[in-house]
Amino acid sequence: MKEYLLHLADDALVMSQRLSEWTGHGPVLEQDIALTNIALDYLGQSRLLYQYAASIIGDGATEDSLAMLRLEHEFKNHLLVELPNALPAGRDWAFTVCKVFFFSAYQHALMQQLQHNADEEVRGIAAKSLKEVTYHLRWSREWILRLGDGTTESHQRMQQALQACWPFTGELFEVPPYEQGWVDYVAIKKTWMSEVQQTLAEATISSPAGGGREGAFQTGGLHGRHTEYLGYLLAEMQYLQRAYPNSEW
Amino acid sequence: MDHTIKMNRYGDYGDREAAGGQQEAKANANEWPLWEVFIRSKQGLDHKHVGSLHAADAQMAIENARDVYTRRMEGVSIWVVESKHIHASNPDEAESMYDPASDKVYRHPTFYDLPDEVKHM
Repeated sequence: MKEYLLHLADDALVMSQRLSEWTGHGPVLEQDIALTNIALDYLGQSRLLYQYAASIIGDGATEDSLAMLRLEHEFKNHLLVELPNALPAGRDWAFTVCKVFFFSAYQHALMQQLQHNADEEVRGIAAKSLKEVTYHLRWSREWILRLGDGTTESHQRMQQALQACWPFTGELFEVPPYEQGWVDYVAIKKTWMSEVQQTLAEATISSPAGGGREGAFQTGGLHGRHTEYLGYLLAEMQYLQRAYPNSEW
Repeated sequence: MDHTIKMNRYGDYGDREAAGGQQEAKANANEWPLWEVFIRSKQGLDHKHVGSLHAADAQMAIENARDVYTRRMEGVSIWVVESKHIHASNPDEAESMYDPASDKVYRHPTFYDLPDEVKHM
């Protein structure tokens, strides 16, 4: 159970850390703060999950030690969330909103199941997260529509972003080996597919699904095998605690 | 004599030479239009003006307002209106507009006794 909680927490933390790279660099003030709000929502989710995991692990574990002192191969997040805000590097708005859209569509379906979980703590965290995720989904969906159904250039860049993100979406429906029988991933995939296909159709973006690429998905994150991007992200995030152990704000 | 009524738009004042929405719109052709934001707090009965922001359309304006102006639980309802639709009175005419009211105390309902049952007056 602790491993599954860590898996959920790592997803939220890495998502948060990655999106926070936009802070101060957004295209306009209003969207800068929108993305920062979303990053903060994820940070809040990860804290609740790490705290609960720490209480189960015991042995002096804290939310901070779990977030700041675990190594790359111990992180169990999906590859999608660790991808930079543009591939192979940099910041691309279309790629970022596509990433948020794919992840929040998954998380929305996931939290809807977890809010009925037998564990009271998990239920509470999921119910709180669901409200936030509903907004993330709305916000990112809106951008997919705006860019996809916008100008020729925005359409093209949205389409490119989608192609780049797509190979990392299959992993979202892989059942983690430490999963507790809490979640029906087949149902999540079904909900996710219909949300994504409906949105892409509305955005006049062609979906790569069923285009012969179904099998070409990247996986490994759930088992601690990550892309080259996670190490750099953790190095930056964990630097302070590693360089100055136990330092406090 | 000029008989046309001048329409005063938000932002018209401060720079008389540049007054008029047209010129401003041209300079900001690449920017999203400006919107005024009104928020109703949990306790409040009316929407109050809290500031302005840029957005491509009304829906984005509401979402931006949510992100910029309700982060600290300021509100439960949002109104937005494009700034160009707000017409303002001319500050130069303030004397003739507002001063005449200053010596007419009899317009206040203070010259009769209110029954105790009447509240919020």
